[in-house]
Amino acid sequence: MSGKPKLTYFNGRGCMESIRWLLAAAGVEFEEEFLETREQYQKLIKDGALLFDQVPLVEIDGMKMVQTRAILRYIAAKYNLYGKDLKERALIDMYVEGTADLMGMIIPFPFTPLKERNLALIIERATTRYFPVYEKVLKQHGQEFLVGNRFSWADVQLLEAILIVEEKEPTVLSKFPVLQAFKARISNIPTIKKFLQPGSQRKPPPDDQYVATVIEVFKKD
Amino acid sequence: MAGKPKLYYFNGRGRMETIRWLLAAAGIEFEEQFFETREGLLKLQQDGSLLFQQVPMVEIDGMKMVQTRAILNYIAGKHSLYGKDLKERALIDMYVEATMDLNEMIMHYPIQPPETKAKHLATIIEKATTRYFPVYEKALKDHGQDFLVGNRFSRADVQLLETILMAEECKPDMLSKFPVLQAFKAKISNIPTIKKFLQPGSQRKPPLDEKLIPKVMSDIKPLALRE
Repeated sequence: MSGKPKLTYFNGRGCMESIRWLLAAAGVEFEEEFLETREQYQKLIKDGALLFDQVPLVEIDGMKMVQTRAILRYIAAKYNLYGKDLKERALIDMYVEGTADLMGMIIPFPFTPLKERNLALIIERATTRYFPVYEKVLKQHGQEFLVGNRFSWADVQLLEAILIVEEKEPTVLSKFPVLQAFKARISNIPTIKKFLQPGSQRKPPPDDQYVATVIEVFKKD
Repeated sequence: MAGKPKLYYFNGRGRMETIRWLLAAAGIEFEEQFFETREGLLKLQQDGSLLFQQVPMVEIDGMKMVQTRAILNYIAGKHSLYGKDLKERALIDMYVEATMDLNEMIMHYPIQPPETKAKHLATIIEKATTRYFPVYEKALKDHGQDFLVGNRFSRADVQLLETILMAEECKPDMLSKFPVLQAFKAKISNIPTIKKFLQPGSQRKPPLDEKLIPKVMSDIKPLALRE
């Protein structure tokens, strides 16, 4: 029952990356098993390890957890990153769902045919729908963290989203001074700083190898 | 601060329906404000009422809540429909996230272009009967209890019933191979608050009217559905 959480996923970001971020931010060491072949995936299914035949899979506290949000909420609550009461949790939920929507536009990018990829829309959404909200929230209360004057899941996921969008458009925070300060501050939190260094379990942006592996593993017979 | 929750959405199911189900199941009366046109939605956006310019929005306990899952989590937490501890919550979350995945597929079915419609329906049926329903059938069979988690009524039961009924609208005999789910459906439908919600005249919304689809696609979808 004890022991480190074990993550089963591709050797790449995908839907597992937010989970890696959250565990790392909480200072929780974890192990990883990478999906490389169709046979591995089929074995996992046959073994009954995947409740809905899907990854991410995180083995934690005796459970084989699936469904990204279920996993994130469990980790957040367990490690006190989910606010102190229902109302703080409500605010955190709204904020993380917003960043999840934004990142959700980017995650399928490598699998989208070139001519359908709409980077301009992602940048527009980031700069007109999402980042202004967080800029305003932080500016209005003047605190270091998004919710309840305390570090939470919302801060981790916002930093993750900022960095992912910046990879696509490095100047994306140019009109958001408060977010720039937020980014610097959160990046300096020791657990996060460690995760941002080379050699951590943070995964690089998807490359052709990653895309090919995913397609191969999920190919229909 | 007190007073009934107020739901802002179109007069249809969409992403608000699961929220209506949960409030109804919890026995919470709620008000609704519908917009019929782009203008109605634009006004709310300009008001600053919508955190991310999107609906659903629910005014509840002094908050203007957006994001379907945030709203559902809050209602479930407030009304003791979210398990008794972290581990029950984890199980409930796994179950409801999956029903929401299936709901998402079903929600998009009426607005599919004619050339992909049949394939989309086939995928819904396949996923429902081979990926999702077998899991709930087994969970209920294995523990033999009335409810999915912790021997107590929770949002998982509500959301599963909602999904079953929507799936049956796609294919009436969807549950033919799932006797335990058939019994579950009958039992949960008979819970007084749910029974009331299933009766004509309740705030439950009907399936999308085919005639309205072109309007939904041109006016509403670009503004509201997650893009």
